[in-house]
Amino acid sequence: MFLDGFGPIILDGAWVTLELAVMSLLVSFVIGLGGAGAKLSSNPLLKGIATLYTTLIRGVPDLVLMLLIFYSLQIGMNHLTEWQGLEQINLNPFVSGVFTLGFIYGAYFTETFRGAFLSVPKGQIEAGIAYGMSGWQTFSRIQFPQVMRFALPGISNNWQVMLKATALVSIIGLSDVVKASIDAGKSSYKVFFFTVVAGAIYLILTSVSSLVLMWLERRYSTGVREAEL
Amino acid sequence: MEKLVVKDLHKSYGSHEVLKGISLKAKAGDVISIIGSSGSGKSTFLRCINFLEKPNAGSISLSGVDISLQKNKQGELIPSDQKQLQAMRSKLAMVFQHFNLWGHMTVLENVIEAPIHVLGLSRDEAIARAEKYLRKVGLDAQAQAKYPAHMSGGQQQRVAIARALAMEPEVMLFDEPTSALDPELVGEVLKVMQTLAEEGRTMIVVTHEMSFARNVSNHVMFLHKGLVEEEGHPDEVFGNTKSERLKAFLSGSLK
Amino acid sequence: MIDIIQQYWKAFLWTDGYHLSGLAVTMWLLVVSIAFGFFASIPLAIARVSRSKWLSRPVWLFSYVFRGTPLYIQLLFFYTGMYSLDIVRDVDILNHFFREGYNCTILAFGLNTCAYTTEIFAGAIKATPYGEIEAGRAYGMNKFTLYRRVIIPSALRRALPAYSNEVILMLHATTVAFTATVPDILKVARDVNAATYDSFNAFGLAALIYLCITFILVALFRKAESKWLAHLRPMKA
Repeated sequence: MFLDGFGPIILDGAWVTLELAVMSLLVSFVIGLGGAGAKLSSNPLLKGIATLYTTLIRGVPDLVLMLLIFYSLQIGMNHLTEWQGLEQINLNPFVSGVFTLGFIYGAYFTETFRGAFLSVPKGQIEAGIAYGMSGWQTFSRIQFPQVMRFALPGISNNWQVMLKATALVSIIGLSDVVKASIDAGKSSYKVFFFTVVAGAIYLILTSVSSLVLMWLERRYSTGVREAEL
Repeated sequence: MEKLVVKDLHKSYGSHEVLKGISLKAKAGDVISIIGSSGSGKSTFLRCINFLEKPNAGSISLSGVDISLQKNKQGELIPSDQKQLQAMRSKLAMVFQHFNLWGHMTVLENVIEAPIHVLGLSRDEAIARAEKYLRKVGLDAQAQAKYPAHMSGGQQQRVAIARALAMEPEVMLFDEPTSALDPELVGEVLKVMQTLAEEGRTMIVVTHEMSFARNVSNHVMFLHKGLVEEEGHPDEVFGNTKSERLKAFLSGSLK
Repeated sequence: MIDIIQQYWKAFLWTDGYHLSGLAVTMWLLVVSIAFGFFASIPLAIARVSRSKWLSRPVWLFSYVFRGTPLYIQLLFFYTGMYSLDIVRDVDILNHFFREGYNCTILAFGLNTCAYTTEIFAGAIKATPYGEIEAGRAYGMNKFTLYRRVIIPSALRRALPAYSNEVILMLHATTVAFTATVPDILKVARDVNAATYDSFNAFGLAALIYLCITFILVALFRKAESKWLAHLRPMKA
């Protein structure tokens, strides 16, 4: 039988892991763009908040942040429901996982996008303005595509790190591929085997991602001349 | 007695033969300039002498001792004794076109490195040597603590010459030492090389500087397509040129 | 937070009264695994860039597997996975080794950081300017001297910025140690959380300690970079 009959639950877990990673990517992507905008803005308050955010988040381990945010949110919710006289609402580990990972990796994406914005030569934007483009046109037609191109290696790296970080969300109770493998191992007394299975699934995910990202980087680096060695 | 004897050196890259049998003899105090257009094989020839390139045929002896050679799978000659090769290289100090100073070491560290770790000198001896030769190439004590990247090309090349001198080599090999320099920096390096020649050091110099070849060296070799087209005393070679190709080369380079 | 600090500061910093705990354990995990990773990765990096496929391929595979899977799973593998095998339990020495959470944690951490460090160093070795290697050869250095005096010192300096990043990531990664019952800072924070239900302050205090260590490490590495990367700084005008 496929993985001693544990195949379906392992695959379900793998699917949850993938969903978690993709959703967190979306959240962190949006936060990253906003954060980069704030860091590059001339408003000192925005700049200060964004800098504080990236410094604090990148200085503290993701697992600590995850536990801090998850438990504090739950307790906050309990206070809220109690005060409103409602029934206790238990936080969904998937949703908390998405927002926690998104919030944490948003800081890394902020730095990635900030660097990419700074890499676009000023002359590119000036050329857009000089040809009569509006501010929005210059941004969407000239600046943004180039930012994405410069950011791609950083995005790849953040994605790979975040993909692996999803394994930690099982610690706050999510039924992902790690949890499924641990359960399968315990029930079948084949703990060793199912740990290897979990590792193999992650290896497949990271390998496929790196192939896709390599393809993307090749595709979107048109017009960038590589250093000749 | 000859310091360096190179006999009938051949070198091919695949089916392309870049050296078709070149010989050279250098007595103590000889300054031999090797000239020729790019692609003539002059740099390859120099780099075969210390086996940075592997020749396909020929022999090399230094101070009367033959370097024992064997063929590898690609049909190239490689020294059969690594120790002998290393000892030989330490007596054939090379100065490179792009200086090739070790970037993570200061000027002084660059110069004492090989004397300590190849020749086995004590640190104090090596520093004494280094200071002596750095002074000789016109670098003051202040320059010793600098890193190569923080110096001009001319200064870097003078450090590289001091590094070569500190080996107190039998023969010095110069591989186009001024080609990578800005025109205004060429003079300071050539001046140092002229001083060395006048001291009676044995030098083999691959160069584009015709004035150096003419005025400083006592023997000139003109290479063309992997062969020696013409050679002899500079007065002969430059004053009474026989080969049409050399005439064309010289009129081109004098423009 | 004051209450928690008053009651648990010792546990957060070095002892829970019986064993080492908290900061002391975290630093111990970090230092031992980083030291192991550093010394093992130098020969591995040299093998990784070797022209011989018999040397480079196995190292590539090792680093590919360890960099392609989460550290948490690697720890599960060594801690619960290995100990579930009969062969491990039957052989005395293996039994003793894998029964201890500490041993498994150090093993997993050491191998993990070694894989990343190997790639960093291998990249730095490959970036050695070819002329510097050629100069070493031309001055009669043998292969060992060339590596010891030119290639490795130059590569390690070049690797410093990436390496400092790896050390900080490793500090952050040590937090999974509590899953193998190792009483690091986060384990103390979880125990405090369980005892007081004051999650925000329990984990907040842990976060603060990690933040401080991160800042200290960053400062130390900045100092190291200004010392060892002086030769790469642009010339002062």
